[in-house]
Amino acid sequence: MASKYTLIASSTVGSGGSATISFTSIPATYTDLKVVANARTDRASNNDWVKIGFNGSTSSFTYREIEGDGSTVGSYTGSGQLAFFATASSSTASTFGNAEVYIPNYTGANYKSYSVDTVTENNGTTAVASMNAGLWSNTAAITSIELTPNLGTNFVQYSTAYLYGISNS
Amino acid sequence: MAAGATYEPIATTTLVSNQASVTFSSISASYTDIILVANLGSTTTPSICLQFNSDTGNNYSMTNLYGNGSSAASSRQSNISQMNFNFLDPGTTIVSTMLFNIMNYSNATTYKSVLGRFSNAGTGAQATIGLWRSTAAINTIKVMLDSTGPLLLSGSTFTLYGISAA
Repeated sequence: MASKYTLIASSTVGSGGSATISFTSIPATYTDLKVVANARTDRASNNDWVKIGFNGSTSSFTYREIEGDGSTVGSYTGSGQLAFFATASSSTASTFGNAEVYIPNYTGANYKSYSVDTVTENNGTTAVASMNAGLWSNTAAITSIELTPNLGTNFVQYSTAYLYGISNS
Repeated sequence: MAAGATYEPIATTTLVSNQASVTFSSISASYTDIILVANLGSTTTPSICLQFNSDTGNNYSMTNLYGNGSSAASSRQSNISQMNFNFLDPGTTIVSTMLFNIMNYSNATTYKSVLGRFSNAGTGAQATIGLWRSTAAINTIKVMLDSTGPLLLSGSTFTLYGISAA
């Protein structure tokens, strides 16, 4: 019996870095989408946010998240595309932030919600773990996904992202 | 032995009217773990709960971590009659995502644990670990609300997947 958890596309950033990771022409044949990312940016800091966009849109995104850094916990909300954490230039070498973004009913007529789990463990004091609830207030089917650093310019080499399609039939 | 299929859809439901609950029954014991994915809303602001095998006894407990956008909190409930997976409003539109990982659900030796995630950009994010103190294999899952009156919204979707060990 065939698996219903299918790799649609993957991306690995090359030596020159990349300002964005994009998945385009996403087929409408699945029920849900999952993005699994392992990311680091060139921001001159310990961590960076990664923004998510759908169908080239940068508007109508909102989120609420809870995060802990090993000593404090907080919860934040905002309008914008902030989705998950990446490590950045000041973080421990060779460490990358991990994230899973689950997007149910990406072709449905409702606004598109997504659930994010992310960490930037680095054997140091600047790690962060976060859960994020995101919403794109748009009824269009998602046909493309764009990931971009929030404050950095580029994802650095060896950053990866995988897009999976999940079918309920 | 060749590995079986994994992430296999067991059953799926899209509500065509507002309903008080959704039940998956006769769940096959042939997987290792099961995952329940829901995209839902409700008519008012109850908690989304799970019950297993029609057990309404006080055999459930859970520990929660959640944030509403301005503050973070953790809580625990013990000896209750269902697992509550959100202390945050699921909203009256279908914009909540819920993911439930039910590990080793078919063994007949251990109590059953559930890792749940609730996400709603309007109200917050929550993680919950739940425990059902029963050694019975799970063959029925009821998704319900913690109070009578509120209903799950028409158009809400619920899908149960089976995960097989390699």
